[in-house]
Amino acid sequence: MPVPRYKREIPQRYRLEASKCKSCGKVLFPPRLVCPKCGSREFEGVRLSDGGKIVTFTVIRVAPEQFADQTPYVVAVVELGDGVRITAQVVDCRPEEVEIGKPVRLVFRKIQEEGKTGILCYGYKCVLSSLG
Amino acid sequence: MRDVAIIGCGMTKFGELWDKSIRDIFVEASLKAIADAGVDHIDSMWVGNMTAGLFVGQEHIGALMADYLGVAPIPTVRVESACASGGMALRAGFIEVASGMSDIVLVGGVEKMWDGADVTYALSTASDQEYEVYHGVTFPGLYAMIARAHMHRYGTTREQLAQVAVKNHKNGALNPNAQFQREIKVEAVLNSTMVADPLTLLDCSPVTDGAAAAILCPLAAAKRYADVPVRILASAAATDSLALHQRGDITSLRAVKVSAENAFKQANLGPERIDLAEVHDCFTIAEICVIEELGFVEKGKGGEFTEKGYTALDGKIPINPSGGLKAKGHPVGATGVAQVVEVVEQLRGQAGKRQVKGAKVGLTQNMGGSGASSVVHILGVV
Ligand SMILES: [Zn+2]
Repeated sequence: MPVPRYKREIPQRYRLEASKCKSCGKVLFPPRLVCPKCGSREFEGVRLSDGGKIVTFTVIRVAPEQFADQTPYVVAVVELGDGVRITAQVVDCRPEEVEIGKPVRLVFRKIQEEGKTGILCYGYKCVLSSLG
Repeated sequence: MRDVAIIGCGMTKFGELWDKSIRDIFVEASLKAIADAGVDHIDSMWVGNMTAGLFVGQEHIGALMADYLGVAPIPTVRVESACASGGMALRAGFIEVASGMSDIVLVGGVEKMWDGADVTYALSTASDQEYEVYHGVTFPGLYAMIARAHMHRYGTTREQLAQVAVKNHKNGALNPNAQFQREIKVEAVLNSTMVADPLTLLDCSPVTDGAAAAILCPLAAAKRYADVPVRILASAAATDSLALHQRGDITSLRAVKVSAENAFKQANLGPERIDLAEVHDCFTIAEICVIEELGFVEKGKGGEFTEKGYTALDGKIPINPSGGLKAKGHPVGATGVAQVVEVVEQLRGQAGKRQVKGAKVGLTQNMGGSGASSVVHILGVV
């Protein structure tokens, strides 16, 4: 991954920085320049809610190269407390434990390792909330 | 706006075409279309292609194809909308002829996927790189998440998903250009390798090389070239969020719904008038969601509708008589044009053993990504 891109995405990946529309209150992640709901262009910075529930999920068994050593792994669409939906892995559990509707919280983890000399890429993953 | 007709089409066999290059297959399909139409020149050309850059390391393929087809210096541009590239290329050609800008236009689609590239990665670039792909989701993974949500909400079953593959393989067995010309059983789908739960290998369309082409001209001039000109009754496209998670409802494909509604409005007819449809079954769940959005069946009932045989060749509304992406094959950028080739053959009554009897009006639906692009064409014989 090109370093400029990785660095640019750090506010979202490390710190969950989102933006809230000053006009309609919709929380956007990642931040955008135009609110897709009301068209407003004024926002305030907010931190994404780090708890949510699973909307749907899958178990990836055939992965792209940089994820091949992680298979099988669970990827889910998660709806967070502030209404924002994200795609993230669900980890620290067996795939059979994952169900639609189960509560999860976001944790900071290594996401992928690029090639032999590539940088380590970090970001958010989910764990089932029942695990504490 | 002028009325527009399709006066010729052609395609290569779909499959693993190891001894042919991307330019070979594009030219082969185009020459067939030109011969079929009987035109002596082309004014302009549009090339649907998703990612020759990633698959064969070649960009700028509009000019390349014009050169190798021997039609340079005519204007030619490559059109990209992920797996909807072919359908969007047809739409570009349609607009050009309808506007009066050009008279004879070739629309082609091509993809060469068996040249050794990382296909899983190349296809994943049709989804959101920063917020989906980064987390390890794949294309089958995205459709698997749609499938799980559909099963959870509507009670759609694994067997119903498998029925889509079984039906399309049955049709593909009758299509000499199909990549897979053999029937499969439900058990084979259920027991094949799991790719992304709940989808197995046989729920997924294959990796395919192939090209397809069609020749367009004003309807008023079409009789000069074709005994049975096929009129383009509607061309409509729509978009949605690239990221699946940003859509309000995971089981709905809004771009498909909007493109279909606009197409029906343009053609001034409804889904009940369609005799057959070629739709984007890149995964079995996709066909189920698409037939719901097209209005052939109520939302949530697509699985049951398929299980009852209503979408079979002799059913209420035959879906994917060609074998669809599933059995005919899915050379991504060529698919949208190949769908049109099938509908044209059906409307001309030239579809051989898979002919839908008395077909007068057909529909094609071509989708990009996990549903962020959709383009619908309605074709009819006048
Ligand atoms: Zn707003």
